[in-house]
Amino acid sequence: MEHFQVNGKVNRKAGGDRHQAITGVNASGNLEVLVERVLPDHECQVNVTTAVNGFRAIWEAVIEEFFKRGAPGGLRFWINDGGARPDTVSLRLMQSVRLMEIES
Amino acid sequence: MSNLTQVYEAQWYEASARERIAGLLNANSFIEFFGPERRTMSPHLAQFDLTGAFDDGIVVGRGRLAGKEVFVAAQEGRFLGGAFGEVHGAKLLGLLRAARDGAGRGGPSAVLLLLDTGGVRLQEANAGELAISEIIHAIVQVRSAGIPVLALVGGRSGAFGGGGIITACCSRIIVSQHGRVSVSGPEVIETNKGVEEFDAKDRALVWRVCGARTRYLSGGTDRYVKGAIEDYREAAITLIEHAPPFALATLTAEQQRLTERLRRFGDCRDAPEIWRKAGVPEPERIADLTDDVFLTIQRIKGADHDAR
Repeated sequence: MEHFQVNGKVNRKAGGDRHQAITGVNASGNLEVLVERVLPDHECQVNVTTAVNGFRAIWEAVIEEFFKRGAPGGLRFWINDGGARPDTVSLRLMQSVRLMEIES
Repeated sequence: MSNLTQVYEAQWYEASARERIAGLLNANSFIEFFGPERRTMSPHLAQFDLTGAFDDGIVVGRGRLAGKEVFVAAQEGRFLGGAFGEVHGAKLLGLLRAARDGAGRGGPSAVLLLLDTGGVRLQEANAGELAISEIIHAIVQVRSAGIPVLALVGGRSGAFGGGGIITACCSRIIVSQHGRVSVSGPEVIETNKGVEEFDAKDRALVWRVCGARTRYLSGGTDRYVKGAIEDYREAAITLIEHAPPFALATLTAEQQRLTERLRRFGDCRDAPEIWRKAGVPEPERIADLTDDVFLTIQRIKGADHDAR
């Protein structure tokens, strides 16, 4: 098991006004993402706990790309991972931002 | 934390615990207790190098079902097989005790248990076993207080081990085709008794023994629904109104029903033998029927009962 944190600066604040959301399940090849709107508008952070060791560089690449494309300003993400592939990680991160944008 | 998940998939089997709750209750009515933001997680899994879940694999809270206030718990069958650990069990136990304590004082009209579990989580087995016992006790108390407890089963993990016992303790049980209810699961039987006794890889055998259709025809469940979340919702609304009182007469009737069933079918080796004895048409083809055709079959005598 590995824990690490990836921090980023983004141009745009995430839309919507929801305080938090959760998506996905920590299962084999899957992950859960808990997201909270707790940071300043131009900051974002992803905290990863993964069952699979040795892939930190790939995680960082996926998350940096997400920071560029997803514009999740103000959001802090928490991941419990059960060995998801990079595409699944990207998908869940984007889903979690979308959930924060849904009108409450 | 409420209504943050949309129901993309309306089938019970495919849905997550949160999607099931969202589709089962009135829209946007769910209020979660001990939501994932509280991070009430298992303190034991890290020792086994396992990552946890923010809700420890169970979602509990209250909401509205048609015109009624209900308490609801949903297990996430994909996280560690929906198994009971210390925190997971404590969340369900707390919900049941809150329902009990609210009886007659504005508490819920019913408790809905959306079970999806392989039983006790082996990494925290003692705590899990204790939780199961306490949950069974609490279900009896809730039912004694006049509040029906409904089990809704139809997820990937079925309702096995202590989860099977919990199911059987409920006022009413709802299943769909994918549902399985039993105590010792197929792998457990195979491990202990050998593959000649029970081949856990034989899926047709597994469903003939503990699958939803077998359970329904023989009275092990009260309602068989098609697999949509909406079907479970409609069945739950109806069954809350028709739950039996938890009285001595109910238990005596259930004991008589089970005694009679054992007397009639106790020497059968497989489900089709039971259906043949009971006069069910084409007993070998039960698994092949569509849900619509299956639902026209007469259940075996005594299966449609007022007990449980």
